[in-house]
Amino acid sequence: MEDELRALQESIEGLKRSLPVSDHHDSISEMQQRVGRIMSLVKSSGGRRSKVKELSAEVVDSNPYSRLMALQRMGIVENYERIRNFSVAIVGIGGVGSVAAEMLTRCGIGRLLLYDYDTVELANMNRLFFRPDQVGMTKTDAAVQTLSDINPDVVLESYSLNITTVKGFDTFIESLKRRKPEEDGRSSGVDLVLSCVDNYEARMVVNQACNELNQAWMESGVSEDAVSGHIQLLVPGETACFACAPPLVVASGVDERTLKREGVCAASLPTTMGVVAGLLVQNALKYLLKFGQVSPYLGYNSLKDYFPTMEMKPNPQCSNSACLERQKEYIQAKPARDALAKAKLEAESSSQTECPLHMDNEWNISVVDDSEAETSDHSRKPYALPEGLVRELPNADKYQEPPVSGGITAINDDLEELQRQLDALNSS
Amino acid sequence: MEGWDTSTKSALTKIPLLTTRAGPRDGAAWTQRLKEEYRALIAYTSMNKSNDNDWFRISAANPEGTRWEGTCWYVHNLRRYEFQLQFDIPVTYPATAPEIELPQLDGKTHKMYRGGKICLTVHFKPLWAKNCPRFGIAHALCLGLAPWLAAEVPILVDSGMVKHKDDEATSAES
Repeated sequence: MEDELRALQESIEGLKRSLPVSDHHDSISEMQQRVGRIMSLVKSSGGRRSKVKELSAEVVDSNPYSRLMALQRMGIVENYERIRNFSVAIVGIGGVGSVAAEMLTRCGIGRLLLYDYDTVELANMNRLFFRPDQVGMTKTDAAVQTLSDINPDVVLESYSLNITTVKGFDTFIESLKRRKPEEDGRSSGVDLVLSCVDNYEARMVVNQACNELNQAWMESGVSEDAVSGHIQLLVPGETACFACAPPLVVASGVDERTLKREGVCAASLPTTMGVVAGLLVQNALKYLLKFGQVSPYLGYNSLKDYFPTMEMKPNPQCSNSACLERQKEYIQAKPARDALAKAKLEAESSSQTECPLHMDNEWNISVVDDSEAETSDHSRKPYALPEGLVRELPNADKYQEPPVSGGITAINDDLEELQRQLDALNSS
Repeated sequence: MEGWDTSTKSALTKIPLLTTRAGPRDGAAWTQRLKEEYRALIAYTSMNKSNDNDWFRISAANPEGTRWEGTCWYVHNLRRYEFQLQFDIPVTYPATAPEIELPQLDGKTHKMYRGGKICLTVHFKPLWAKNCPRFGIAHALCLGLAPWLAAEVPILVDSGMVKHKDDEATSAES
């Protein structure tokens, strides 16, 4: 484009010289100026920066990481540069996922894996990130286009597939497992999975994959009425998995009966989605870079500006078998975990001079760990939720004898025979 | 189950319940589940036929039984409207219900998600969650698709969004 314009500039110059000085002279000069302006415009828009080798903390206008590296100088993050070693998978590149992807890209994350099966539509333009000229592109490709322009240092992988189908799920699992050769010894090729999907089915699929891979993940959601949302950290075996209990939603805080529920076209606001994406990525950064307190569950009710938090223990009767396996492993690893915590505590306190609190213990009084008592509490009151949170779906009923006479008999029939019976019914 | 009509309720009680909690990635257990699915579908289809209420055809489109295709129809003002019907068995089945699709109606009603997936959120999903793993494909058709067709087809026809195939042929000729 630049060469073409230069050639045009030269031919205009030639034309100007070949013509005798006349009235046209001024308009030709004007044309030359216009071409010059277009040329400078083209030059500025093509200004992609080159990749950087190391994150520099140098405070100059041309350093894209100076403000991030300042987090170290201010003592918030111990080692910000570690961010380049992290891989994050984002499932669902919609109103929340795309913004989360942009935030992580601007933070200089090492690798981003993006999953979505949808294409960009004009109806998405009330949300952030996607542009009208990207309508018709797959969301993952459009995201890669924008993100690679913003930060060429980030390795981007785009997966346009539906993870809920058997085939899509296999690809999903394989892509999560794939790791760079230098990262051997990890259960999965990613450090964190962010679920930014808009339906229960897809969340259950992410839950299944992460339970099988023993992969920590964070779930996010915005309500269909666009006024509330939540984020949740799920560590297989350690915290409740998504199938342990019916999903929580933030109550709208207004009388439920006044809410119109006709039609399913969900409402959405760029504000709520932006807030939830911000909460999600903030929690992800705290988790990855180990600073502050990582929230196990954080709700957001925008009508009342209320942010409920809570913690959820795994359900020992969870219907997900991979979750039960992770729970068993977590319990088995408890002595090692305790030893580690004790060693850490001792290392910290060894500098201080120690003396027993009480020399004698006539009544054998001992201090019991609070967390032990909590586990038994959990099974007694499974429905104790903080104010402002409700369950989205009911619990599965305990199995009762079916009302049908004859009950359940073991089916010994051949599968093909059953297929034939149905085909016969279908064709009659 | 309050709020459901008596004929749906009585049909539901006659569809055999399923017992095996298995999805398409569970090998032999899935085969067992598939047998139960067939048994329930056979019972439901023959019941519909004997009650003169036949309204769908469905069969597995692959040997693994993870993809199902067929047709369903609804009679409105004495005319029959027929639609293609399809769905995949999700990897997390039966914890999550199949997402029933009517691809021909995609974009014609807002009570539908992308790709022609009918909206089941309010009237069906809570029932499925409550009855997991006893409900199967037959129950999803009976409690998910049938009420959706009954509610949506009259609106789609009356608003002119869906035309009877005879009318379509004449308008194409003229």
